[in-house]
Amino acid sequence: MAYPLTLLMLVALPFVAALAIALLHNAARAVHSGIAAGASALGLVLLALLAGPVLGGAVPSASWSWVPALGLDLTLMVDPLGLMFAGLILGIGLLVVIFGHFYLYTGEATGRFFASLMLFQGAMLGIVIAGNVLLLLVFWELTSLSSFLLIGFWQHKAEARQGARMALAVTGGGGLALIGGMVLLGVVAGSFDLATILERGDIVRASPLYPAALGLILLGCFTKSAQFPFHFWLPHAMAAPTPVSAYLHSATMVKAGVFLLARLWPVLAGTELYTGIVSSVGLVTMVFGAGVALFRHDLKSILAYSTISQLGLLVMLLGFSLEAAALAAVFHILNHAAFKAALFMSAGIVEHETGTRDIRRLGGLAKAMPITALVATLAAASMAGLPPLGGFISKEMMLYETPEVVLFGLPWLVPVLATVGATFSVGYSLRLAWHLFFGRPREVEPFKRAHDPGFGMWAAPALLTVLAVLLGLIPMTLAAPMVGAVTGAVIGAPAPEFDLALWHGVNLALILSAIAVAGGVLLLWRHAGLLALWERAPLPDAKRIFTRTMGFADKWVRKALVATHTPSLQNMLLASFAVIAALVIEGAMTGGGVLTGSRPGLPASIPAIVAWTLLIAATAAVVNDSRNRFRVLIYISVIGLVVSLAFAQLSAPDLALTQISVEVVTILLLLLALNLLPKSPPLLSSAPRKWRDGALAISGGVLVGGLAWAMLTRDPGPSIAAYHLANAKSGGGGTNVVNVILVDFRAFDTLGEIIVLGIAGLGIFALLETTAVGEAGRRLRGWRSDMSHSPERHPIMLVMASRIILPLTLTVGIYLFLRGHNQPGGGFIAALVVAVAFLVQYLAAGFDWSDKRRRFGEHRLIAWGVLVAMATGLGSLAFGANFLTSTFEYFSLPLIGKFELASAMAFDTGVFLTVFGAVMLALAQLSHIAQRAARAATSQEDTAL
Amino acid sequence: MTYEFLMASAIGVLVAGGVYLALRARTFQVVLGLTLISYAVHLFLFASGRLVLDRPPIWDAVQGGALAEYTDPLPQALVLTAIVITFGMTAFVVILALRSFLETGSDHVDGDTVPCDSQDGMADGDAQP
Repeated sequence: MAYPLTLLMLVALPFVAALAIALLHNAARAVHSGIAAGASALGLVLLALLAGPVLGGAVPSASWSWVPALGLDLTLMVDPLGLMFAGLILGIGLLVVIFGHFYLYTGEATGRFFASLMLFQGAMLGIVIAGNVLLLLVFWELTSLSSFLLIGFWQHKAEARQGARMALAVTGGGGLALIGGMVLLGVVAGSFDLATILERGDIVRASPLYPAALGLILLGCFTKSAQFPFHFWLPHAMAAPTPVSAYLHSATMVKAGVFLLARLWPVLAGTELYTGIVSSVGLVTMVFGAGVALFRHDLKSILAYSTISQLGLLVMLLGFSLEAAALAAVFHILNHAAFKAALFMSAGIVEHETGTRDIRRLGGLAKAMPITALVATLAAASMAGLPPLGGFISKEMMLYETPEVVLFGLPWLVPVLATVGATFSVGYSLRLAWHLFFGRPREVEPFKRAHDPGFGMWAAPALLTVLAVLLGLIPMTLAAPMVGAVTGAVIGAPAPEFDLALWHGVNLALILSAIAVAGGVLLLWRHAGLLALWERAPLPDAKRIFTRTMGFADKWVRKALVATHTPSLQNMLLASFAVIAALVIEGAMTGGGVLTGSRPGLPASIPAIVAWTLLIAATAAVVNDSRNRFRVLIYISVIGLVVSLAFAQLSAPDLALTQISVEVVTILLLLLALNLLPKSPPLLSSAPRKWRDGALAISGGVLVGGLAWAMLTRDPGPSIAAYHLANAKSGGGGTNVVNVILVDFRAFDTLGEIIVLGIAGLGIFALLETTAVGEAGRRLRGWRSDMSHSPERHPIMLVMASRIILPLTLTVGIYLFLRGHNQPGGGFIAALVVAVAFLVQYLAAGFDWSDKRRRFGEHRLIAWGVLVAMATGLGSLAFGANFLTSTFEYFSLPLIGKFELASAMAFDTGVFLTVFGAVMLALAQLSHIAQRAARAATSQEDTAL
Repeated sequence: MTYEFLMASAIGVLVAGGVYLALRARTFQVVLGLTLISYAVHLFLFASGRLVLDRPPIWDAVQGGALAEYTDPLPQALVLTAIVITFGMTAFVVILALRSFLETGSDHVDGDTVPCDSQDGMADGDAQP
């Protein structure tokens, strides 16, 4: 199989699976988990196909140009580092899917769960196999978003929502910093291609921008990997379902920061600045997290803080800027993924089977659930770093490296603190296992419920624990080739000689390790006393600080907004109009201030002057009489009519048709809305205000009119019209150049426009759909008709006439549509005409009658319209032409003769459907509301009588 | 009287009326103002192709593709989409106004239920009876 295809499938699979699950959200749980597991397994197979070449030294990669102007390419690349992480993401992902299948309770939204999980998996995979740093950023943001969905999966729980929000705020904020850092990095390195950047480490480190880029990138990594002081989101993210915690916090989300540090190691590491920041942050996080973990009571909280601590360890190792330390980090990533996922799942099992996660209520569970106890205890032992488990080896390697690093000029600082951290780790790991499974049960009720779960649920953690054990027993066979290759990829050079073994003879590391174990046992023994001490100590609550900081920011943003933005439409419009008027004056002055140009004018005909007088009079009437609202609508339609006549007279038949049909629809809409709005409200404005506005209005009118005059009396500059005219028939296949521009030359504009129109229609629907409830609903029910109505609601003459008109108007609509490419007409106009035909039915026969006979859903029409237009555009891609290039062909049919069929016709159909759908949606919905109000009013009058 | 003068003066009058109405306090008046301004904008955009009589941009085999034989089709295409978009905008604003009236019981653009210039006294005698 070719690499490009494999790579593309690898990264696309989870997204496809997520989409499939989301589409089948009503299906059974087994379908959801089946798709998720299948996609993960298939991903693993694809990865296995790549593993051979990758470990053999090849780097399969593929690249497609995406946004070349930005340097953003869709480059995918699997090197050993990416391979290892992809393996963890897919492998643990598969186990988590299996575990999650059994963990979730009946009735939970498994579709949403597994879809989000797959989305997350895809995003993580994207991060680790992205070969372009901008692409990596895209996936990075996707992990923040999808983890938000996962952490907040139980939307009904306040702590889930808060946890999700906090995680998003912290990791999303870090993501912003990372964007800045990555862009700087790319600018300094001269490329956004990852492989190129990795080769230019010297240039980057020598650049004056290096500290800024480093700081921003580290912010991104530290927030994602929950390093002190950004750690606090992680414990709150424990409100997620346990399978999510197992996935996000063992091998994926929080490892993304570690991954990025490892990925950019050859570029960023090695400077004093880097070593100082990264290793000290890691060290502090390691000791801090481990210390807090000792005194937590919630199982998942203990695991959360232990994760923080272990992540600190990894960050510290990468921060050492030593090749051997990088090797230790790589091996520990494997170990941590295995034992931490197993522990999270075990915690989930305990909660599932006992009903609590509070370690103070549990105890002695080894008797009730021996399998879980065995699995979890072994995993905890690996976490503690006890021989003969994998965790022991990586901890030894870590301790072995510590004396090599001098921080703040103190050679003893790192080894001592690392040993303290290791001691705490032993302490919390032992406490977790001991207090949970051994001794006597502290409470009866959870113990009585406790039992081992079915095989399906313990299989996944058991498998992981077996791995954790084997990583200790046979590390050279199991992991050495991988660890060596990955380390090579991290440091960008062949890996140093290494020997993964339990026994290296008596050395400093072994002694420190022994001290840690002894200290850990001591901590466990004296835990009760220490806990009392801890609980008395005044400790800051990170969540409260976070909430207060957010509240503070919120308050000041609000203040700034109010200070800079007047929430008054009147004032804003006044300022805008005044500024525009000033700009026009300024422009006229710069242009020399000559009003009239030399272009000869066209003498106006008498009818034109009459129409012009009508327009002026109607406009004056609108302004003068604007409070008598129904009469105003008549004046407005006079203006509209004159405007369309002007278009007709001045060689724009398409515009005339459009204007007149839009006019009808707009007036109908205003009539319907006015039915519910106050008809003639009291005056609000004072006389001075009117004078002020009047002065501004008149100067605006004079300015714009003058501008138009200046333009019309000058010859136009060079126009691109010649191209359109010359190519309309030969290239676009139509003689109506305006229509050809709309559906061919500038079809992209039209596509955007119909989408906007569709959105407006849907927005109107949303605004009106919810009027039935709340204050609006109350007011609507209390609506009283304030006008005298005709005694006959639906005059029979009108009804009959409208029914005869319907087929005629439809025919006209179809005719306008079909001829649109060559003669005035087209999708827009036809849609408006057909919409008017239907609206007349509403008007004449009432909403109920028409609605019952309606066979189409407006939402669907809008959607189909946009889809048809898009599909037409995409269709041209298949033939190698640009998006929305149209094509046409001549056919001949018996009787009809030769006729032309253009793909633009299909595009115009999309335009037709969307415009028709949006217009109908808006007006039908409005008349529906009005009808409802009228009916309520009538029935109340009846009861009153 | 030339067509140019009629067009320019109509645009000016429409803008003046539109601006005045857009600055009023009632949502419905603002919608009317927007409608008038839209007419003016459409005419202005259209006028940028200059005024031409009896030469619609319908391609004709006899005349061929010579520019002098037709009016400029591009402003027309732009105005056509503008007209339709204006409908969408007007419809949305009208419904927004309606919803805001239903929610607050006031059709004041700034959601005020008290008259904005009440201190000046509602001197106008023609307030609603």
